[in-house]
Amino acid sequence: MSASAAIAPRSARRRQALPGLGLTLGVTFAWLGAIVIVPLAALALKPWELGVAGVVAALAEPRVLAAFRMSFGGALAAALASVPVGLLFAWVITRYRFPGRRVLDALIDLPFALPTAVAGLALTALFASNGWLGAPIEALTGWKVAYTPAGVIVALFFVALPFMVRTVEPVLRDLPLDTEEAAATLGATRLQTIRRVVLPALAPAMLTGFGLGFARAVGEYGSVIFIAGNMPMISEIAPLLIVVKLEQFSYAAAAAIGLAMLVLSFAILLLLNLWQRRLRRGLG
Amino acid sequence: MSVEMEGIVRRFAGTTALDGVSLTLKAGEFAALLGPSGSGKTTLLRILAGLDFPDAGRVRIAGVDLAGVPARQRGVGVVFQHYALFRHMTIAENVAFGLRVRPRRQRPSEAEIARRVATLLELVQIPDLAARYPDQVSGGQRQRVALARALAIEPSLLLLDEPFGALDALVRKEVRRWVRGLHDRLGITSVLVTHDQDEAMELADRIAVMDRGRIVQFGTPRALLDDPATAFVAGFIGEANRLRGEVRGGWLQIRDLPVPAVRVAVGDGSAEVFVRPEDLVVEASTGCDGGVEVALVRAERSRTRVVLRCGAAMLDGVSDHPDDQVAPGMRVGVALRRLTVFGAEGLHETVLPTRGTVRFTEGAAT
Repeated sequence: MSASAAIAPRSARRRQALPGLGLTLGVTFAWLGAIVIVPLAALALKPWELGVAGVVAALAEPRVLAAFRMSFGGALAAALASVPVGLLFAWVITRYRFPGRRVLDALIDLPFALPTAVAGLALTALFASNGWLGAPIEALTGWKVAYTPAGVIVALFFVALPFMVRTVEPVLRDLPLDTEEAAATLGATRLQTIRRVVLPALAPAMLTGFGLGFARAVGEYGSVIFIAGNMPMISEIAPLLIVVKLEQFSYAAAAAIGLAMLVLSFAILLLLNLWQRRLRRGLG
Repeated sequence: MSVEMEGIVRRFAGTTALDGVSLTLKAGEFAALLGPSGSGKTTLLRILAGLDFPDAGRVRIAGVDLAGVPARQRGVGVVFQHYALFRHMTIAENVAFGLRVRPRRQRPSEAEIARRVATLLELVQIPDLAARYPDQVSGGQRQRVALARALAIEPSLLLLDEPFGALDALVRKEVRRWVRGLHDRLGITSVLVTHDQDEAMELADRIAVMDRGRIVQFGTPRALLDDPATAFVAGFIGEANRLRGEVRGGWLQIRDLPVPAVRVAVGDGSAEVFVRPEDLVVEASTGCDGGVEVALVRAERSRTRVVLRCGAAMLDGVSDHPDDQVAPGMRVGVALRRLTVFGAEGLHETVLPTRGTVRFTEGAAT
């Protein structure tokens, strides 16, 4: 102790245990500035070329509103659906040992690696009226999946699911088994144990997975446009509408839609974050 | 309530964790399962709790066979090694858990639950912590929470799995005494699993010493010390010097130590000899021709403890002589006041070499 106290005053600047703050922070900010902040600032400035009224008019267009409903509603539905299914996948991978577990484990990540256009084409072929899944579904229920909003949700679910699985899985793996055993010795049924002990412990991770999946689904483009059919007012998603606007050289209107998506997504993620903080209380 | 275990066998892939264990505990007794890791003590505890199931044998609590009874219906309280508290619940919610999960008809009212939780937290002396989360309290406090949670279901049997292992030495001693006091007040039959013999000696009425899936001796701490049933118990309980010897024609010659042969009753053959430090006494006055050299000396209040070097072996002993007569580097003679010899065919006896044989027991106790 006394030795280090004697050395310390030699330099006026406080010495840090971890050197390199200046360099690492500089690189971080430069990188963030180049790829996040500058483009975002441009996006935030561009729409106002139209004037406030122009922006409002561009966004209030029925086709734009319908696209927003499709994008956010679809992403919400897909992310919600990914919660129970992703939980199930994570449970199977972490809790059981069976042949092919590793293969299954690797397959879950495939949507991350697959070019989204390929996924989109595959899903379209699968769910088309003459597809392997589309045909029986249509025969049994009369519902069409491809080229309808349902198709959009299927594609978004496909991209959202791995986020759910991969965020819940490590938490589930680290969940000590003895807490479940403790619940059993205290008289809890298996269902009570899952509801009162396992799920609350997983809730923050589930919320994160939900948020990530939702964010990814809102911005998803490649896998959706093939299966969606892209009918204005029905199955057109907001990102596609931006491309449409760009092709019409309405750059400001495209930026307005982009900015609105950004603000909405940010608000939703912020809310999820706050909610998660509440859930984490006591989970340290 | 009384607990009976009979011929319990549990095999895991390739190994036998429990190899025919039988044990009967009296109602209200505090028993300890003591053994090195891998001796099967935790497996036995898990079988009692209903968290694991025996391949053979039966468990009865208060005369009721528990073969098909799942953990949640056994009413056995368990304090887990790492407490296994529910981290997302407050301490009060943790304690209330066992009451809240009861079927609706047996569930007490919320007011009654709150009252019982308060009483339990009072009992474990942490009434102010009710609203905290487990991560916000100390290790010793967490242990009290785990105990209160287990007691909330009014268990007929309380199981403690290495409950003091995660506490630091000072807290451990205090909590240990407190747990024993609590047991004496509540009178719940309790089973403690531990590898720490001090813990078992201090807490338990009777100790079951386990070795490789078997109970090698079950008795009071005094009985284990004075009359170990096997060489394993003699070596495991208390600190004992382990020596090798040879019995020939009723005379035991200890190989590592230059002491006169001792008259014993065990049969001829090689033998294991255990001598406790207090029974290995330095005799400075005797002819110091033996190969015994004082290696270390540690003064204690009433006597001096010494470490003796004897060939390759280091032995613990005591000396009643003034310090200037026993110092490191000196060559000394030794005498044995009491030794336990395990001879051929599992026979063993405890001998007072100066006064003759005091006890003779045939075979292992079980």
